[in-house]
Amino acid sequence: MIPESRSALSGASIAVCLLFIFLVPFAAAGLSLINTGLNRSRSAAHGILASLCVASVAILAYFVCGFAFQGLSSEPGHTIQLAGKVWNWLGAKPLFFCGIAFDGSPGSLIVLLQMFSVALAALIPLGSGAERWRLSASCVSAALLAGWTYPLFAHWVWGGGWLAQLGVNYGLGRGFLDAGGSGSIQVVGGLSALSVAWILGPRRNKFTAEGMPAAMPGHNAVLALFGCMLAWVGWLGLNSAGAILFAGLDPAQIVLVAVNTTLSAASAAVASLLITRVRFGKPDASLTANGWIGGLVASSASCAFVKPAEAVVIGLLAAFLVVFAIEIVELRMRVDDPGGAISVHAVAGLWGVLAVGIFGRFPTQAASGDSGQFLAQLVGIAALIGFMLPLIYGLNRLLNRFLPQRVSAEGERQGMDLFELGAGAYPDFVTHREDLLRH
Amino acid sequence: MAFRVILMALRLAGFLLMLAGWVISLAALALLASLPSRTCFVLAGIGIELLGFVFAARSHLHPRGAKSDP
Repeated sequence: MIPESRSALSGASIAVCLLFIFLVPFAAAGLSLINTGLNRSRSAAHGILASLCVASVAILAYFVCGFAFQGLSSEPGHTIQLAGKVWNWLGAKPLFFCGIAFDGSPGSLIVLLQMFSVALAALIPLGSGAERWRLSASCVSAALLAGWTYPLFAHWVWGGGWLAQLGVNYGLGRGFLDAGGSGSIQVVGGLSALSVAWILGPRRNKFTAEGMPAAMPGHNAVLALFGCMLAWVGWLGLNSAGAILFAGLDPAQIVLVAVNTTLSAASAAVASLLITRVRFGKPDASLTANGWIGGLVASSASCAFVKPAEAVVIGLLAAFLVVFAIEIVELRMRVDDPGGAISVHAVAGLWGVLAVGIFGRFPTQAASGDSGQFLAQLVGIAALIGFMLPLIYGLNRLLNRFLPQRVSAEGERQGMDLFELGAGAYPDFVTHREDLLRH
Repeated sequence: MAFRVILMALRLAGFLLMLAGWVISLAALALLASLPSRTCFVLAGIGIELLGFVFAARSHLHPRGAKSDP
């Protein structure tokens, strides 16, 4: 972790960093459009409204208690002594952003960036729970994510927690590194998406009696692909701001971050286009969109530490992983994930975290060298799968006991727009008459 | 009914295995000194987590012949 060394920023650096942070909401807007475009038309208004509500609830929950649990790396947290080492488990800041001086200090910039990042993480599960996740339940689930699970892992990585201290305590490179949030934002969001998809179960008629998935194409590829363009802008801001605040880069070095982010996304999009062209005879718009986002996701952790050619490799592998993971999730795991959120955010995010250990280059190598960094990244992955997934699943399962998350069968038959909002997104068009007639 | 109990047990075992894998990774850091042995144990921990993940995924498999509505 680097922020201690960045105790103050120059005026120009603050301005540049603020500009990058202000771009991050474009990533949230992009994900919202992708999720909505990949929904069927009967739930389009619900999808985009849920995005707005979930982002709002997440930001408020983070304000109330999330940041208190996350804390800052330059300030003390809750620690325990284990095997002669100090393990920092949880932030110890006051609630409601108390004690933060909003004066352009790195701490205040981190607060602002994290407010946007937590909203982005909370939007990810909407992709997997689409068309059957009640609005109220999705908001409460987002509050759990933003108030507890996200800050916990973010503290470990960015708040001076035990993962960040692996370098100091155990000589593992520079400790767990995740400049733009492949692990802290994307994998945590992706694991939430998996938990939600497991708890909700598949959409009505998604699987035949033989267990074969039925095609339920999204209603608007234009929305999804335009969302990819917006997400590109947002990711440039997210990775750049993260590289300055969490990896200690100077604003002048951000050119490399932007180049790597774009190269990774571009190579992932081209690879997924070619894969779908070869396998299905024609390029697939939704898989290409997912490949593009997968490239952005995978680039986040390593964008500040790799060469451009390595960013291309990271993007190519991310595309392969995303395209094949989508197939495995649907065909083998029989999980209904309309937006591909599990594959795009969890799988590509895990690859991005690992890529830091494989390709990362650092100005000052620790004694244990590259393999130490690789091990630090592995320990982070172990924490994500071994601790965060059970925690997120358990909290959402508990929530499901008190507040059933899935909409009723009648609601699903009508569509979420009519059932929960009372009006459709496209009132001038008859959109799903054949489904209504069938039942 | 018995099938549901088996599924619940499989699910619980899966998540417990994930936690066990994570604990093994932590223990490797705290108890072992050399980098290769630590790496081996952390990889073993991740392997156990993946086994737990397979259990959890199988316990959530949508059963063949059932309606999609759970």
